[in-house]
Amino acid sequence: MKTLKVLIVDDEPLMRSGVIRVLKNFIVQLHELNHTAGFEFIEAETGEDGILKVESESPDIMLLDMKLPGIQGLEVLETVSSKKRDCVVIMITAHASIGMAVSTTKLGAFDFLAKPFTPNELKTTIEKAANYLIVQRHVRELERDKRQLRFQLISVVAHELKSPIAAIETYLKMIDDGMVKDEQQLKHVVERSIIRIQGMRKLIFDLLDMTSIEAGTKKRELVELDVIELARSAIDAVETEAMVNGVKVELVDNGPVPMIADRREIEIILNNLVSNAVKYNRKDGKVSVCLEREKDTIRITVSDTGIGMTPDEMAKLFEDFVRIKNQKTLRILGSGLGLSTVKKISHQYQGNVEVKSIPDQGSTFTVVLTSGKPREQ
Amino acid sequence: MSNKKKILVVDDDIDLLEQVALILSNEGYDVITANGHNEAEETLLTVKPDLAVFDLMMEQMDSGFVLCHQLKRMFPGTPVILLTAVTATTGIDFTANTNEEKSWIKADAFIDKPARAEQLKSEVKRLLKE
Repeated sequence: MKTLKVLIVDDEPLMRSGVIRVLKNFIVQLHELNHTAGFEFIEAETGEDGILKVESESPDIMLLDMKLPGIQGLEVLETVSSKKRDCVVIMITAHASIGMAVSTTKLGAFDFLAKPFTPNELKTTIEKAANYLIVQRHVRELERDKRQLRFQLISVVAHELKSPIAAIETYLKMIDDGMVKDEQQLKHVVERSIIRIQGMRKLIFDLLDMTSIEAGTKKRELVELDVIELARSAIDAVETEAMVNGVKVELVDNGPVPMIADRREIEIILNNLVSNAVKYNRKDGKVSVCLEREKDTIRITVSDTGIGMTPDEMAKLFEDFVRIKNQKTLRILGSGLGLSTVKKISHQYQGNVEVKSIPDQGSTFTVVLTSGKPREQ
Repeated sequence: MSNKKKILVVDDDIDLLEQVALILSNEGYDVITANGHNEAEETLLTVKPDLAVFDLMMEQMDSGFVLCHQLKRMFPGTPVILLTAVTATTGIDFTANTNEEKSWIKADAFIDKPARAEQLKSEVKRLLKE
């Protein structure tokens, strides 16, 4: 249970003790979160004292009488509002009128209570205020988390782009400084620079895929498609790379695999899994892409005869920007975003992605998706 | 020439590794390269370098620190240059930025990446007292 601090600013002692009596054992059920809230109290006799106590006690809710001996309630309200305190103000007034309500809410009051009010009116108003306060705080927390995540993403991207840029920059400087001795060295330096540029391009494309999935701003177009057709084009796309390394890619299916889905999303899944299976394979290895459908469930299985992974490596495989770095993967280009994006997409189809792997024998990735009406973001 | 000074260069980025190696071998040093932390550990079993150049961030965020610590324990007199990306001031901190952290690491010099050939050469000369 949360305890919320209520500051009562009123010059009448009976009013203050009355409010405390009503709210002392009052427990509010908060709608949004699975929480309850109770109350504790701070009292102030004057507006001046009220302002001081807002500073020193950081109350959550303030019950503020309009008519006070020194400075008036409206002035107190103005001061508190201008300091952007995280405090919900409820005005107490004997002269209730619509005009009054409007002017106090304009100044930042959350609500007002007209004297004389019943215990139930007080409770209802306090309950509303408590819920408002908690929801506001929760929203702010979420926004802060979101900002932090974005910040983290930018840092990681910047870092991932820095290495290739540093490499290319140094290669160019070496040419400029005449450190490159002959034609053969020059060819090597240029080739390496091109490979690093390709790596950066891959990172940028994967990043765009990821953000379009995450932001949910791109309109998803759900159409009927044949997963086999998309698997074939994913296999075509890696043909050259597979051929160079003698890797054989086979497609196993039992007829069409229709599915209602966003074409681009299924393409991203297949392209990532198939290209990984080729990239992380051994020379003259094998890749098998297997597609099955049972009722509304589509199962995509991609297995390879490649370098495999240890359980530790598997555990973090689907996180953003995780690349398995070891001697075997050193020369393989990757952004560390492919599999985390595959996972995010599969969640959009009430599915998941799993991996089984044995080091130096190979890995098998299984994606399970539900066709039909994917959950809208 | 057998009296060539041996320099161990460790980086998990093969291009940066190659570049640093080329810069230093052009200066007439005997350069031994290791492609990452594990390979460096293996190399250190058979080679006693006169100087070492480590990338700070390799397989792990602190591979360079750890390696530095290991090398200093084996060969206390061997100077170490750490290649760092201190300019990463946004968000996650990839480097030892404070002097306290730097003193703890006990590297003999820090060079910002990408390493400029001139700076690298002069630091190496200074640490080898040439």
